[in-house]
Amino acid sequence: MNYFEKDLTTLHDDLVAKRISVTDLVKATFDNISATDPELNAFLTLNQDAALKKAAEMDEKGVDADNILAGIPLAIKDNIVTNGLTTTAASKMLENFVPVYDATVVKQLNEQGVINVGKTNMDEFAMGGSTENSAFKTTKNAWDYTRVPGGSSGGSAAAVASGEVIAALGSDTGGSIRQPSSFNGIVGMKPTYGRISRWGLIAFASSLDEIGPMTRTVKDNAILLSAVAGHDDHDMTTSTKEVPDFAAELNDQTSVKGMKIGLPKEYLGEGVDQDVKDAILAAADKYRELGATVDEVSLPHNKYGVAAYYIIASSEASSNLQRFDGIRYGHRSKDVKNLEDVYVNSRTEGFGDEVKRRIMLGTFSLSAGFYDAYFKKAAQVRTLIINDFQAVLKDHDFIMGPVAPTPAFKIGDEISDPMTMYMNDVLTIPVNLAGLPGMSIPAGFAKGMPVGMQLIGRPFDESTLYKAGYVFEQATDFHKQTPKQGGNN
Amino acid sequence: MASRIDQEQVQHVASLAKLSLNDDQLKYFTTQLDEIIGLFETLNEVDTEGIEPTSSVTDQINVMREDVADNWGQSKALLKNAPDAEKGYIKVPTIIDESED
Repeated sequence: MNYFEKDLTTLHDDLVAKRISVTDLVKATFDNISATDPELNAFLTLNQDAALKKAAEMDEKGVDADNILAGIPLAIKDNIVTNGLTTTAASKMLENFVPVYDATVVKQLNEQGVINVGKTNMDEFAMGGSTENSAFKTTKNAWDYTRVPGGSSGGSAAAVASGEVIAALGSDTGGSIRQPSSFNGIVGMKPTYGRISRWGLIAFASSLDEIGPMTRTVKDNAILLSAVAGHDDHDMTTSTKEVPDFAAELNDQTSVKGMKIGLPKEYLGEGVDQDVKDAILAAADKYRELGATVDEVSLPHNKYGVAAYYIIASSEASSNLQRFDGIRYGHRSKDVKNLEDVYVNSRTEGFGDEVKRRIMLGTFSLSAGFYDAYFKKAAQVRTLIINDFQAVLKDHDFIMGPVAPTPAFKIGDEISDPMTMYMNDVLTIPVNLAGLPGMSIPAGFAKGMPVGMQLIGRPFDESTLYKAGYVFEQATDFHKQTPKQGGNN
Repeated sequence: MASRIDQEQVQHVASLAKLSLNDDQLKYFTTQLDEIIGLFETLNEVDTEGIEPTSSVTDQINVMREDVADNWGQSKALLKNAPDAEKGYIKVPTIIDESED
């Protein structure tokens, strides 16, 4: 199946008109995966038998013409639990963990007839920005196999960008959907905090984590968000706000005429590659051409986002990851003499270095005598970052800027230097701290590698981002360019 | 520059987090954590006098539900993920260390 020539709408038409059966579509998807994945390494676990079984059942009863996702094969990040299918969060701690329930998003997709083809690679427990922190394998960038796919949803991004699958779910705590989407030239949405249930998402930092769709087009992304959004009794932080049919608003009439766009000067500052700046400035001109106004704005506390984030996210992680104690599930060390050994040796053997680093940073930030200086201070700075966004979004429809300061870097280049790696998140992190929706869409190339543009909106206004993204996409052809098989461009 | 965290403190933090570090790791993590805590300290430049801390950005406040017990009937399935189980219970090693008298 050549997914580069399809979108969800045309695939659905093909399935309903029986130009292709669900079984053939699923088989073709696994053919894509077996051709590409031995080198790309996007997947950790394949769900072939169950997927083919479900496909046969759907062919038997016929594809629901009113349900655009019926029979569509999709990939799921491996920190989202799937009933009966190994879910590891790319950690040795959960190497043999088989969930006994589906995450709410998985349940929703299943009910709509989506076929889960497998679980994608990621940084262990979603901690990292290159997928090199996976305990199992290193995923490559779909455009250049010597470069990282970004992270932590690197497997999902590479699987979509390489055309293995048409769409995937990722999760984003500090940029983990948007940055790999930018690095691989696809569309990635981190919705508003509370838009999608986190029930069944293996918790990293609960006040920041959000699930979101990763696709090749804006419209496909909008379709998928409507399918997985909404209130869930199992996640008390999900909003009761109505979920719009986002895709229904994307058509020939969609326009950005009269919209006011803010371009923060801090997003084009020091450390941002010239090629990336050029792409974003060209995109700003494109929006002006399309009838919007773009003016310079300021988010003065943006530069403190990384420090505040690594205190808050690490603190929440140190608490969330206490559950991995070697008792009820997960890795248990064989080298134990007493209960303390079970805890300490299981955790020491089961967690990788980045996870240990964050657990220790969090434990430190929350410990007696340091709490006010670190955790409380970071939570106060978080308020100032939220206020900055509110001030700009009061009289701007959305904010635009780069997703990441650079295009994808080489595998191995930054993994030994956590500080450099952390600074890559400087433009995505503030959006999580404020709980706002943020989307990455293809906006150009830098020496052959994709550059993503980030659109940031008001709370629960994904709609404006999709419209603005759709209009930009229709006016440009960046999203139509595809990586050559083998990742050499 | 004075160090912000020393090996003794890192060892203490590791023990609170139920992690064990060998000598090489202790050195490696101490250097890295010191550098990252240096980054944390840039927050001291920000005047936060009188600013309320934010701990969550949800639009939901005090969501209540009925307190009803719900038996999922999944204990067998759940025990399959336990590293060691017997007769419907999770099994753990002897809690009292018998190697030392």
